[in-house]
Amino acid sequence: MRKNLFAILVAAGALVFALSLAGCSSTEGGSTSSSAATSTDGDGVVFAYNTEPQTNLIPSMVNEVGGGNILELIFEGLTRYDVDGTTQLAIAESITTADDGKTWNVKIKEGKKFSDGSPLTVQSFVDAWNWGANPENGALSGEFFMAIEGYPEVDDEGNLVGEFDGLTGLEVVSDTEFNITLAESDPEFDKQLGYSAFYPLPTGSLDSEDALEAQGTQPVSNGPYMLKSWDHNVQVELVPNPEYDGDIPAQNDGVTFMMYTDDSAAYNDLLAGNLDVLDSIPADAMSTFMDDLGDRAVNQDGAVWQAFTIPYYLEHFADDEEGRLRRQAISMAFDRQQICDTIFQGTRTPATDFVAAVIPGHSDSIEGNEVLQYNPEKAKELWAQANAISDWGNATFKLAYNADASAHKEWVEAVVNQIGQTLEISAEPEAYAQFSELRNDATNGTMTSALRSGWQADYPSAYNFMGPLYRANAGANDSRYDNPEFESVLLEARSQQDEAARTEGYNKAQAILMEDLPAIPLWGQNALGGYSEHVDNVVVNWKTVPAYQDIVKK
Amino acid sequence: MSETQVYPGQEHTFSDIDETGLGAVDAVPDDRPPASLLGEAWRQLRRRPIFWISAALILFSVLIALFPWLFTSVDPRYAELSHSLGLPEPGHPFGFDKQGRDIYARTIYGARASVAVGVLTMLISVTIGTIVGSIAGFRGGWADSLLSRVTDVFFAIPFVLAAIVIMQIFKESRSIWTVVVVISLFGWPQIARICRSAVMEAKQEEYVTAARALGSGGLSNMLRHILPNAAAPIIVYATVALGSYIVTEATLSFLGIGLPPTIVSWGADISSARSVLREAPQVLFYPAGALALTVLGFIMMGDVVRDALDPKARK
Amino acid sequence: MKRYVGRRLLQLIPVFFGATFLIYAMVYALPGDPIAALGGDKGLPPAVRLAIEKEYHLDQPLIVQYLYYLKGIFTFDFGVTFSGRPVVEVMADAFPWTLKLALMAIVFESVFGIAFGVFAGLRRGGVFDSTVLVLSLLLIAVPVFVIGFLLQFIIGVKLGWLPVTVDRSMSFKSMLMPAIVLGAVSFAYILRLTRTEVARNATADYVRTATAKGLSRPQVVTRHILRNSLIPVITFIGADLGALMGGAIVTEGIFNIPGVGGTMYKAIFQGEAATVVSFTTILVLVYIFTSLIVDLLYAALDPRIRYE
Repeated sequence: MRKNLFAILVAAGALVFALSLAGCSSTEGGSTSSSAATSTDGDGVVFAYNTEPQTNLIPSMVNEVGGGNILELIFEGLTRYDVDGTTQLAIAESITTADDGKTWNVKIKEGKKFSDGSPLTVQSFVDAWNWGANPENGALSGEFFMAIEGYPEVDDEGNLVGEFDGLTGLEVVSDTEFNITLAESDPEFDKQLGYSAFYPLPTGSLDSEDALEAQGTQPVSNGPYMLKSWDHNVQVELVPNPEYDGDIPAQNDGVTFMMYTDDSAAYNDLLAGNLDVLDSIPADAMSTFMDDLGDRAVNQDGAVWQAFTIPYYLEHFADDEEGRLRRQAISMAFDRQQICDTIFQGTRTPATDFVAAVIPGHSDSIEGNEVLQYNPEKAKELWAQANAISDWGNATFKLAYNADASAHKEWVEAVVNQIGQTLEISAEPEAYAQFSELRNDATNGTMTSALRSGWQADYPSAYNFMGPLYRANAGANDSRYDNPEFESVLLEARSQQDEAARTEGYNKAQAILMEDLPAIPLWGQNALGGYSEHVDNVVVNWKTVPAYQDIVKK
Repeated sequence: MSETQVYPGQEHTFSDIDETGLGAVDAVPDDRPPASLLGEAWRQLRRRPIFWISAALILFSVLIALFPWLFTSVDPRYAELSHSLGLPEPGHPFGFDKQGRDIYARTIYGARASVAVGVLTMLISVTIGTIVGSIAGFRGGWADSLLSRVTDVFFAIPFVLAAIVIMQIFKESRSIWTVVVVISLFGWPQIARICRSAVMEAKQEEYVTAARALGSGGLSNMLRHILPNAAAPIIVYATVALGSYIVTEATLSFLGIGLPPTIVSWGADISSARSVLREAPQVLFYPAGALALTVLGFIMMGDVVRDALDPKARK
Repeated sequence: MKRYVGRRLLQLIPVFFGATFLIYAMVYALPGDPIAALGGDKGLPPAVRLAIEKEYHLDQPLIVQYLYYLKGIFTFDFGVTFSGRPVVEVMADAFPWTLKLALMAIVFESVFGIAFGVFAGLRRGGVFDSTVLVLSLLLIAVPVFVIGFLLQFIIGVKLGWLPVTVDRSMSFKSMLMPAIVLGAVSFAYILRLTRTEVARNATADYVRTATAKGLSRPQVVTRHILRNSLIPVITFIGADLGALMGGAIVTEGIFNIPGVGGTMYKAIFQGEAATVVSFTTILVLVYIFTSLIVDLLYAALDPRIRYE
């Protein structure tokens, strides 16, 4: 009996092996190559890198690039952004304000349709926005609707005060016209309207859980493309939307987003010709990708700006003379240019201000920006002055980063090494295992060290790089900066109708930041990427995302 | 005996006297007391050159781990970005890493954390694993069920999850020991299983039954007859695992839940060499080479110790 | 024997409750705030936060959350991820990839590990033995990400012999390289375990008896030496199946395999208890079944081992 058992088990093992071989060869029969880009039925389809969306594809639910990349191709808002970030009217016929941005009148073009042929009216916008603004729906991009009058109030614990019955600031005039009243005047509000949270949704798609689920996984949409299939964690197929009659029609037969968890794998697929477009370069290929790809490499100014923040509640860094001296000393104690050149192989550009390079309002001549230059003597001098106020002693300067995301470790090490060596103090990196853990300490104000921070524009405006970060009550004000003078200069600037006057005002606000350094600007992240020999006309837009609809297949 | 006549069909039937154990019987001096197991093992070990080579390798790594400053006067933490990925030059025989730190000094100073993590984790895992595995294998029945199912649960807990939770508890006092505790927690189950299987096998041997018949009790039976015979697979597994533990430490550091970033270790340097693999593979070579040499020492040592413990393997 | 197997299966029940609760508690104890992480750098409006917390019962104490989860399990509802997908669906997507990958890796490491181990063990100290010693040292000292990267770059990108990443149909060709990379370290363990056991048994009395009885060399090796050497080896392989299924994070990343390791890893960092616990539950089952099979194999390999 025992002999039999042994034989059976061996046979079972052999069977499993045989089956796995057979299973493989049978599936292999059809298409022999994994190379999607070279398969014959995919002529004219562009294969592009993406990451699996973290949420369903309801516009106000999405707050990350994986879903955002798809939304931006399948939807179109009242306005849209050109490649260079200029705002253009899209669904809207006109967007006007009569009172410096407190109330807005929007008229939309007639005859616009969704991909299923149903008509697009102003109700499509109003319903979608009201849904996103209702906190009970848990829309992750819901904060964009806070600008509109009637955003629900909450008590200290976050519970709703009363019932939420739609934003009172939205008033439908006709099928093609509505008015928006804002909570606070914002002459730049029209610029925000191209952001994905403000996209319209077809009638009925929000009425029930099932309808919502269907819209979220098989969206009915109004952009240049529509979603054909979504194979989770593998790929999303987009095909041109026949109902689309806007200004940026698809120049190819479709875009298939291939899902990756590791951009290094995607890079190797690009080199092997299995992938057409990659809008990211893995850390291990930073030094070689320009040579590997030649003129198919992309390396230009980007929309991501990086910094680190020293909270005002840390000892020695309070909102006083000592804190200011120490922030300035630290900012001058490391060499941004050298770190960009060696650690990032020239794929980042040293910051000259608080705004990303491609955003209107970015400037390299802000008053006082020499504080961003490497100047070890000056740094030592300022540090000594601060020590005269209150001695630093044997304390350690720590800079926190989250280890779960791409390669922060290297630059953090380089920055603290230089700070420590210049100021002759002990300086160390502080690793957090999870991003959520770091955010927890940052939002609760319980950091015990400086922390890395970064910001990417949602819409192309300098205000977007300052308001949400340094206004006293802003959600992302990690340093707990509170400067009424700065705030009034910033709001004054935003209320300017004239573009030049507005920029000048923003520059003044930046000059205040340059002296206080509530965040210490590091560098801008270049838009990096590459494309295969099978495609042409790959242009990267202001958001550092390729304009997929313009790509042509060779 | 030089011209032994062998007839067809008989070549397997008779062995040369030197190939049998009979010679050994004659050679045993009967005027001395019988040697103890360990004493006998030591006598065996001394005669093997591999023992001395591996002992030298292990001693050398331990020496470097204890007194790194005897081997270099360069500060392993001093970084000069302008030297980033620099090639060897006088005073810096291995060149520089990405941050512009001296690779030779880092390889020397990295020994302490890595050897300590590897050896301590191995010792703790082997101790727990052997105790659990031998009780489960020797007692069988409910003791086996209980211990084996606990082992199953430990196997299935995701390492990263448990590591984050445990390291969080020690957030303020992370040291080599906390890393050792975390890795040991996941090291012992495999050893327990291997030990259990080896004990189950060994307790069936005739000499164990004989010892039991002669009135030898459970524990002494276990220690004197079963464990030495079950030791071979445990030793082999543990010496290979030693290397894996050192690499695991790197994974923990990479995830931000390992040693504090100021502690130099081979594992951390191996994992940071990842991003320069395309342009400067030599950065990986030195810490990985040091790790391989240390593991080689332990594997060879394990091999000869196992031989010495096994009377049948002696020639 | 039947009673023994029955009893082993009954033990599933306490192990299931123990393991799921333990893991649920660990996810609960994770230091980060999963909802805050959903908001990214910007953070979420407080009311949105609260609504999401309520939806996932995150405002409840640990034991209540766990009971909600258990209640779901008994109706085959394993909960939903933060992206709103049912965990069952996520499992159905990930497990086929992982199962195939792990089985291929197990076959690779067992076949080559045992074969190399036998040859090395029979000729201890020989050229082959020394060569495989160096090979196993290499596999131990060089981390998986390096081995994977090199194979992918040389065989996939430069030579084009095998696909760079896996394809949707999970073809044998595209899974071959990942399976070898995944099984590499275990291959070293199996090789060394087999080698030592074979070397030990090659000098045993029964081998001399078998040789004396006139059995041919291959018969002696397979019927006697190998059979008696396999117990520690299959113990290792049995536990390794589960480890390869749950711990293939790096290999999955390199070859872009949407499998269990990567999914669980992401869920851990997002604090998604339902996903982590459900996946782990399956892995516990895998461990329990493989350890049962391994125990039955002991009895088959060594008839003196009996279970009652």
